[in-house]
Amino acid sequence: MSNFVHSVALDKDKCKGCINCIKRCPTEAIRVRNGKARIISERCIDCGECIRVCPNHAKLALYDPLSVLERYEYTVALPAPALYGQFHNLDEIDIILEGLLSIGFDDVFPVASAAELVSDATRKLMASGKLRRPVISSACPAVTRLIRVRFPELIENILPLRAPVEVAAGLAKQRAMEKTGLPADKIGVIFISPCPAKRTAARMPLVMETSAIDAVVAIKEVYPKLLAVMRPQDDSDDGLNDSGRIGVGWGSSGGEAAALLKESYLAADGIENVIKVLEDLEDEKLGELDFIELNACAAGCVGGVLTVENPYIARTRLKKLRKYLPVACNRLGDSIPEDMGFQNELEPMPIMQFDNDIRKSMEIMRSVSSFLATLPGLDCGSCGAPSCRAFAEDVVTGFATESDCVFKYRDQLKSTGEGTYLPPPFRTPEKPGNDAT
Amino acid sequence: MNDTIKLHYDVPGDDFTRAGEASSAVKKTLRKLGVPGEIIRRVAIAMYEGEINMVIHGGGGVADVTISPEAITMVLADQGPGIENLELAMREGYSTASDEVRSLGFGAGMGLPNMKKYSDVMDVFTKVGVGTTVTMTVNLS
Repeated sequence: MSNFVHSVALDKDKCKGCINCIKRCPTEAIRVRNGKARIISERCIDCGECIRVCPNHAKLALYDPLSVLERYEYTVALPAPALYGQFHNLDEIDIILEGLLSIGFDDVFPVASAAELVSDATRKLMASGKLRRPVISSACPAVTRLIRVRFPELIENILPLRAPVEVAAGLAKQRAMEKTGLPADKIGVIFISPCPAKRTAARMPLVMETSAIDAVVAIKEVYPKLLAVMRPQDDSDDGLNDSGRIGVGWGSSGGEAAALLKESYLAADGIENVIKVLEDLEDEKLGELDFIELNACAAGCVGGVLTVENPYIARTRLKKLRKYLPVACNRLGDSIPEDMGFQNELEPMPIMQFDNDIRKSMEIMRSVSSFLATLPGLDCGSCGAPSCRAFAEDVVTGFATESDCVFKYRDQLKSTGEGTYLPPPFRTPEKPGNDAT
Repeated sequence: MNDTIKLHYDVPGDDFTRAGEASSAVKKTLRKLGVPGEIIRRVAIAMYEGEINMVIHGGGGVADVTISPEAITMVLADQGPGIENLELAMREGYSTASDEVRSLGFGAGMGLPNMKKYSDVMDVFTKVGVGTTVTMTVNLS
């Protein structure tokens, strides 16, 4: 029924049908039915909140296995800057990059280097004055999707540049082809990612025809392999790392915005905070801003669900690593290469509305409101929907039935003289003043 | 009259943390109804300004919103001090807000002018010592 690729899958054996995930989903995309959580594909933005919150680890982040390397004659690793924040006592990025070669990659192309090109291109575009302010970062795929489904009027504010990993993949592929003489399909450009949404973005690219990323592997899978092979490096000048402070800064929240060297910016992280900023931006409550950086994960990409470390310590480590790096090592010429921009425009995906016809929508809304008024308003989740309102909408639109609500069902039983039991949170005190405060 | 949706909100006075709740709720409703984004934006901004005005000047009040397939009408009524000079109040930059309110970032004198700008029709009824009622309409077609 749906043509959406997503980065979350359900392990049916592990899912107990609890309601933790439905409550945390920022787009109300999950319902529990027959003891299992179900994702409404059109609504899912790949933010990873359900993966984080599931106590049974039943929500699986999708990524490619490391064995994907065997599919190619020549492989290039694209390490995300977030990878650098995962290790204790690391003072040299080259140790990680050399480690990637040791575990089987033929070459490395740090995403941070391409991030510096994106920063340069952003500065150029902003200086041209052609972008609608404030410009919203396009790097986080969950945020881009969120804007398409919930804030379609803000699509025009999205920075029309590809994410650094896409730029890196294009450059890496080209470099490898020149170096080896191999055709494109024999070369595997493999992203080492903190984030499963990047896999969705690579498999179903929105702003270009095809992605140059061949596979997306998880930082958490590469991490133990790297630990085993990482060795201190000789102090030589010809290290593999060619990114500076600006590029590495992209790994945590605020890095991309700070790289624009402008004062009037805002950086928000964590999906709920991102939503608050977008709501306020839509209502013109934020005043004059040039740039808004938004990351779905707390602390930025270091907070991705495929990382190992606490995001805040990872951010501190990135800060330390950056200290002795040059400001930037990668710059564009006078113009922005065409393949850094969007090939296709971002389309709105207004899935929140009831119907395309406003009269029909109003009719549904009236039915929802009158049914909602008969519900207890406890948002207990026992019906499998995240709130009484969501449940009322499900009932009116035919995705649930009235007696799926335990209170409605209890009323039915009451008429036959049964069903007086209520769980403790929902009881009314027998003796007033005797309840806990 | 059967094909309208009516929404009612109480706007508490002197509570800036809750100002904007009503406009936010209206926005969500309009999105569900599939109202075009540009219209939602205008309604949300006009309504938020009105709410803030009721909090700053009116000691709170009530907001009634009527949605029909043709238009969205917002009626914001308070029983505050009323506006002494409406002509001045409609001028951009004119404000009688206290320093305390200004220190919170409000009171720039753009409230009523913005409400007029973002609505298609605006009508202000005010009487000193009795209160103020602002009616704003944003057309859907």
